[in-house]
Amino acid sequence: MRTLKSLSWILAGSIFSLYALAAPQEIRIGYIAYHPHQGPVLSNLIPEPEDRGFSGAQLGLKDNNTTGRFLKQHYTLTSELAASPEQVNQIAQRWLGDGLRLLITDLPEKQLIELNQLASPYGAILFNAGSYADELRTRECLANTLHTLPSRAMLTDALGQWSNARRLQRWLLIKGSQPGDIAYADALKRTAKRFGLKIVAEKTWSFDTDLRRTAQRELPLFTQTDEYDLVVIADEQGDFGEYVLYNTWYPRPVAGTQGLTPVAWHRVVEQWGAAQLQSRFEDQFKRWMNSKDYAAWAAIRTIGEAVTQTKSSDAETLFNFINSDKFQLAAFKGRKLNYRSWSGQLRQPIPLVQPRSLVAQPPLEGFLHPVTDLDTLGFDQPESSCKVTYASH
Amino acid sequence: MRYLTKLVPSVALALSTAIVCHQAVAETAYVSNEKDDTLSIIDLDTLEVTDTIAVGERPRGIIFSHDKTRLYICASDSDTVQVMDLKNNRIIAQLPSGEDPEQFALHPDDRRLYIANENDAVVTVVDVTTQEVISQIDVGVEPEGMAVSPDGKWALATSETTNMVHWIDTETHEVVDNTLVDQRPRHIEFNKEGTTVWASSEIGGTVSIIDVASRQISHKLHFKIKGVHPDKIQPVGIKLTDDGKYAFVALGPANHVAVVDAKTYEILDYLLVGRRVWHMEFNTDQSRLLTTNGISGDVSVIDLDRMKVIKSIKVGRYPWGIRIKP
Repeated sequence: MRTLKSLSWILAGSIFSLYALAAPQEIRIGYIAYHPHQGPVLSNLIPEPEDRGFSGAQLGLKDNNTTGRFLKQHYTLTSELAASPEQVNQIAQRWLGDGLRLLITDLPEKQLIELNQLASPYGAILFNAGSYADELRTRECLANTLHTLPSRAMLTDALGQWSNARRLQRWLLIKGSQPGDIAYADALKRTAKRFGLKIVAEKTWSFDTDLRRTAQRELPLFTQTDEYDLVVIADEQGDFGEYVLYNTWYPRPVAGTQGLTPVAWHRVVEQWGAAQLQSRFEDQFKRWMNSKDYAAWAAIRTIGEAVTQTKSSDAETLFNFINSDKFQLAAFKGRKLNYRSWSGQLRQPIPLVQPRSLVAQPPLEGFLHPVTDLDTLGFDQPESSCKVTYASH
Repeated sequence: MRYLTKLVPSVALALSTAIVCHQAVAETAYVSNEKDDTLSIIDLDTLEVTDTIAVGERPRGIIFSHDKTRLYICASDSDTVQVMDLKNNRIIAQLPSGEDPEQFALHPDDRRLYIANENDAVVTVVDVTTQEVISQIDVGVEPEGMAVSPDGKWALATSETTNMVHWIDTETHEVVDNTLVDQRPRHIEFNKEGTTVWASSEIGGTVSIIDVASRQISHKLHFKIKGVHPDKIQPVGIKLTDDGKYAFVALGPANHVAVVDAKTYEILDYLLVGRRVWHMEFNTDQSRLLTTNGISGDVSVIDLDRMKVIKSIKVGRYPWGIRIKP
């Protein structure tokens, strides 16, 4: 019965367009990802889903079109997974030449910057739904670019607030040696300073044994330092971090990239109507929705809201509306979200999760801010030299 | 004064039908507990829970048939609307409801039940007599609030992610118009005359008052509570008194109910209730208002003559809907 119903809808829709009673507004969106090979890791048991991000974008598109049919808007999405950085640019060049002006990206920082240079002359808007890099929100400001994925600093500040509130004031920091690990460790160190936490020891994991077999032997000794309340880990690829839990010298909780983890999104977020988003996603894609999916979904929904409110699909109009205090997005995190005007970063609460439950969702009560407590997470305006604007040249 | 006018007819009634009245005095509240799969039954004389009844999974919206002999229950995770016989509190039927029914509204004809299917972006219309689906109507993403106008002409649905009020013509069962409201519209309520409709926007933090004739927003309520972060003021449930004087708006995690002058739209007061207040119901003579508080797992009782919260009653986990039977 439902199938029939939808069919008749499509029919009705096409008859409508045939007679061109009111031509729907067409909004074209491109989603481009490049997943560089990350190198081998020890804990490679549970791989990242291949369609990460893509599926979130598709769900967002569906949500936009359900809304759009009442407003005579029609959204289309073109998605591509590039095999190399060169291909990213080739695909984008083709899309831009073809008139596409709304791009959602899951790219490493370097490729995003390159793409930005390519897209700027066209006045295209980029949504960063793939890079956590703090530089993109502080020094390396990209015109026409908005970030729906939180920055590393937002993630670690969420952890810092929780750690402070729980009086876990002494940290043992263990980091890997990949660039992402070092960036995450830097974010943790900044967080520690901000929330009055002390790093009693900082260690780099460089052992080359297979920890799956020897964690019980190696880790207690490795974590024998001055006493700590919390072990924080910077291991973005999951090389050794999974094996730290329950193997530390002092029996202490583990947090960071493993253990208690700050994320943009996770299956355990179910309050504020999130249960509905989760079940829509699971029904369609048969897996759990993750942070990259959420960031892509939020980018597409941002476009949808901006088109609905401005009744325009012009990139400049949309960008200026999105990056203003008039914009608001209901995004299943318990409050309305909008963008930081200086960095183009989507303000958002950060869930702190463990595999089967939500532990907390900072900003926590008591961390105050003169404008919004969401800005207690990540780089605040005075700490950022960014002033993101719309440019087309 | 309100108290006096209510007293006179009830004394007269008591004299004429003393025995019947004795039973009628004990009003009963039915509360759906979303995370316990139960209904709590509260005696409004003693303000105590007298019974807890197991129902389908994730019960949310509940309403009575017009003669109040049956209770319809949205059992969201069981994908059905259950029908409970109120003589013995037994489930006597399961209506085909479409997937994930959340809220619903009964047409004045006492037959057509309009059900919002949250996961499916449709409204399902079921004939409760034949227990058949009459129609399914495509609406926006995550339909939630449902209301039928007192004259039966309109069925209204709100969609939480589309941010609209959809106007469904009950003759043709087609969406004929949409009114854009603020982010995440939840509940929708007609005034008694059917001239205006009130729609709450949970994330937008506002209540839109929409003129039914023009289907345009005529007023918008904003709320402000000292010491509460504006983002925590999230309006959900709305109740309007029959005399047209007051509107009550449940403000979710702000843990307050706003008292609104329904004529001037002035916010008169904020009453502190339990945590995460969502839905509300009047008792029969509208001297009391009961609220469901999800996080604290209780029901607050507000005395409307004094505009004071007089009691909170512990119920099941995450109380959601509430209805009161005379």
